[in-house]
Amino acid sequence: MTQPLTIALSKGRILDDTLPLLAEAGIHPAEDINKSRKLIFDTNHEHIKLVVIRATDVPTYVEYGAADLGVSGKDVLLEYDSDNLCEPLDLNIATCRLMTAGVKGVPLPAGRIKVATKFVNVAKRYFAEQGRQVDIIKLYGGMELAPIMGLADLIVDIVDTGNTLKANGLEARDLIAPVSSRLVASRAAMKVKHAQIQPIIDQIGAAVERQKQKSR
Amino acid sequence: MTLADRWLLPDGIEEVLPPHAQQIEHLRRRLIDLMDGWGYDLVMPPVLEYLDSLLTGTGKDLDLRTFKVTDQLSGRLMGLSADTTPQVARIDAHSLAPEGIGRFCYCRTVFHTRARSLLASRTPTQIGAELFGMAGVEADVEVISLMLTLLRASKVANVHLDLGNVGVYRAIADQAAIAPEREAELFGLLKLKCASDIDAWAEANVADKAAADALKVLARLQGTVEQLTERFEQLIALVPATATELNHLLDVTRRVASRHPDVPTCLDLTELRGYQYHTGLVFAAYVPGYGDAIAQGGRYDETGKEFGRARPARGFSADLRVLARLGEFAPAAKPVVVAPEVEDPALWTLVQQLRDQGMRVITTRPQDSQQAQQALQFIDGQWQLVEVPTV
Repeated sequence: MTQPLTIALSKGRILDDTLPLLAEAGIHPAEDINKSRKLIFDTNHEHIKLVVIRATDVPTYVEYGAADLGVSGKDVLLEYDSDNLCEPLDLNIATCRLMTAGVKGVPLPAGRIKVATKFVNVAKRYFAEQGRQVDIIKLYGGMELAPIMGLADLIVDIVDTGNTLKANGLEARDLIAPVSSRLVASRAAMKVKHAQIQPIIDQIGAAVERQKQKSR
Repeated sequence: MTLADRWLLPDGIEEVLPPHAQQIEHLRRRLIDLMDGWGYDLVMPPVLEYLDSLLTGTGKDLDLRTFKVTDQLSGRLMGLSADTTPQVARIDAHSLAPEGIGRFCYCRTVFHTRARSLLASRTPTQIGAELFGMAGVEADVEVISLMLTLLRASKVANVHLDLGNVGVYRAIADQAAIAPEREAELFGLLKLKCASDIDAWAEANVADKAAADALKVLARLQGTVEQLTERFEQLIALVPATATELNHLLDVTRRVASRHPDVPTCLDLTELRGYQYHTGLVFAAYVPGYGDAIAQGGRYDETGKEFGRARPARGFSADLRVLARLGEFAPAAKPVVVAPEVEDPALWTLVQQLRDQGMRVITTRPQDSQQAQQALQFIDGQWQLVEVPTV
C-alpha cells in the first residue's frame, strides 16, 4: 500500500542543493520550482508531493505531521529543538558554521554581556554551558550591525565565508556548531511510513556518499 | 487583562462542548467497561499529593512538567498529578499491596505545565492500565493486546504498532562503559536517529571495538522483523548480553502479530523514550497524519521499589480526547420525545417511565421548538406517544 508522502523543502540556497539529491532518489518535481509562485508541487510519483516553505517553518510542518519528511539546516533544527523530530540523514549540503562574532580586536567587557542573535535558544544554551551569564537580544537580520552600533557585545550567527563579518569590521570568535542541511522526519512518520521513507533515505544517503567521494 | 479577553482560555487548555463532550464520556464508559472485562480494577488516585511521592522513580522531565503548590497545613510541596503511572505503582506497592497479580485501570485529567508535544493538551484526559506482579512475554502481550483492543473500540483506523526495548541499549552501554557525562550526547544522537552521526560518535568515544560496532548496528535497527533478523544476529554476536532482551522482543512481536494480524508492526531499537524509568520493552501506537504517538507504554520494574516493593510492572496510557478525536466512535443516538409543560400527575409518571427506559424526554412550551422524533399528546383522555413528522 503506498500512502501519500509530503516532503517540505526550504526555500533559497538549500533548495538548489536539495533538488539534485531528490533526483538521485528518483523524485523530480513536475515543474520548475524556481519559476513558479506555487507553494505545493506534484512530482513524477502520484503519491509524493513537495511543499516549498521558509526554512524556519520546515520543522513545524514536519512535527505536526503536515509533512512527512523535510530538509532543514542544522542551525534551524538546533534552535527549534524538539523531542519529536528525527534527523535520519546528514545531507552534507549548505555547510557553514554557527559562531560567535565581535568587533575586531575589541575584548569582551567583564561581567554580563549582551548578545544579539536570531538563534535565541542556541545562544542561551551555549553561554549557559560556558558558564557565562548573558542578556540575549532577539534580532531578525543584519546581526553585524548590533556590535557596531553598541547594541550588543557579541553576535551569534551563521558564518559561511566570513566576508560579511570582515566587511563590517567584525571577526569570528568561537565555533558553536558546524551546520549542514539535514533530512528530517517526525517520529510518527518514521514508524508509520517506514517502508516508504527508508528507501528514500537509503538512496539519498548513497548519493551523499558519492558526492563526498568526488570532492575528496 | 482587558474586559474584552476575559473569556480567553490559557494556551493548551480547552473546554469540551456538546456533542463532543457526550461522545468522549460515552467512549470513556466503553473503554472502562472493556478494561473491567479484562479484569482491571478501576482506581482513582488523588489529583493532588506530596511532590516526593508523585515524582518517585520518574525523570527530571516529569518534575518540570508538574504544577506545584505549597500545602498550607504541612508546609510541604504538593504537585498536581502529571502522570498516573507512579501513583498506581504506589497503590500497588503500598496502599493495596495485593499478594498475587495486580491489574488496575484509570481515567482522569492530568496537568502539565508544558504540553508534552505540539499536538498535546496541557490537561490531557489520561486513560490507561497497569499490570503488576506478572513477568515474561505473556505480561507484555497482555498489555499490548489490551491497548490495541482499546484503540479498536475507539474505532481508530490504521493503527501502527511500534516496539522497542531499552534493555538492549542498556546492555550495549554497559559493555561500552560510556562515561555518564558523555552519555547525554549519545542519547541525543540516538533520539535524532542519524546513523552517520552515531557512527562518528562511537568511533571517537568507545574504546571497546565490539561495543562501538554494536552501537552502529543499533542505529540501524528500525524496520520489520524480517528486515532486521540479520542485524539482530550481528548484534548478539557483538554484545552477547543483548540476546535475552532481543529474543524477548521477537517473542512478543510474534505473539502480538498472531493476535492482531491486521496491525502493521515496526521495531525500533533506537527508541529510548522514558529510558529513566523503563526497564525493558517499550511500545507505542501511531496513526498516519498525526505527528505524535496516540498511546504508549512499557515495562518499569523498579518504580515500586521506592515505595517498598519492586515487582514486575508494565502499563500503557493514552489521551482519551485524542482517541475520541481521531476515532470514529459514536454513541448510539437516543430517541428524543417532547412533552408539553402541563401539570398532570399522569403525564409526570409517564415521563419518568420513558426516561427510565432510556429515552430523552424534554418538556417544552408550545412556542419552543425542539428536534424530536416523538411527542406526548393528550388524545382520547390519555397521554400517548405520537410520531413527529420530519420536516
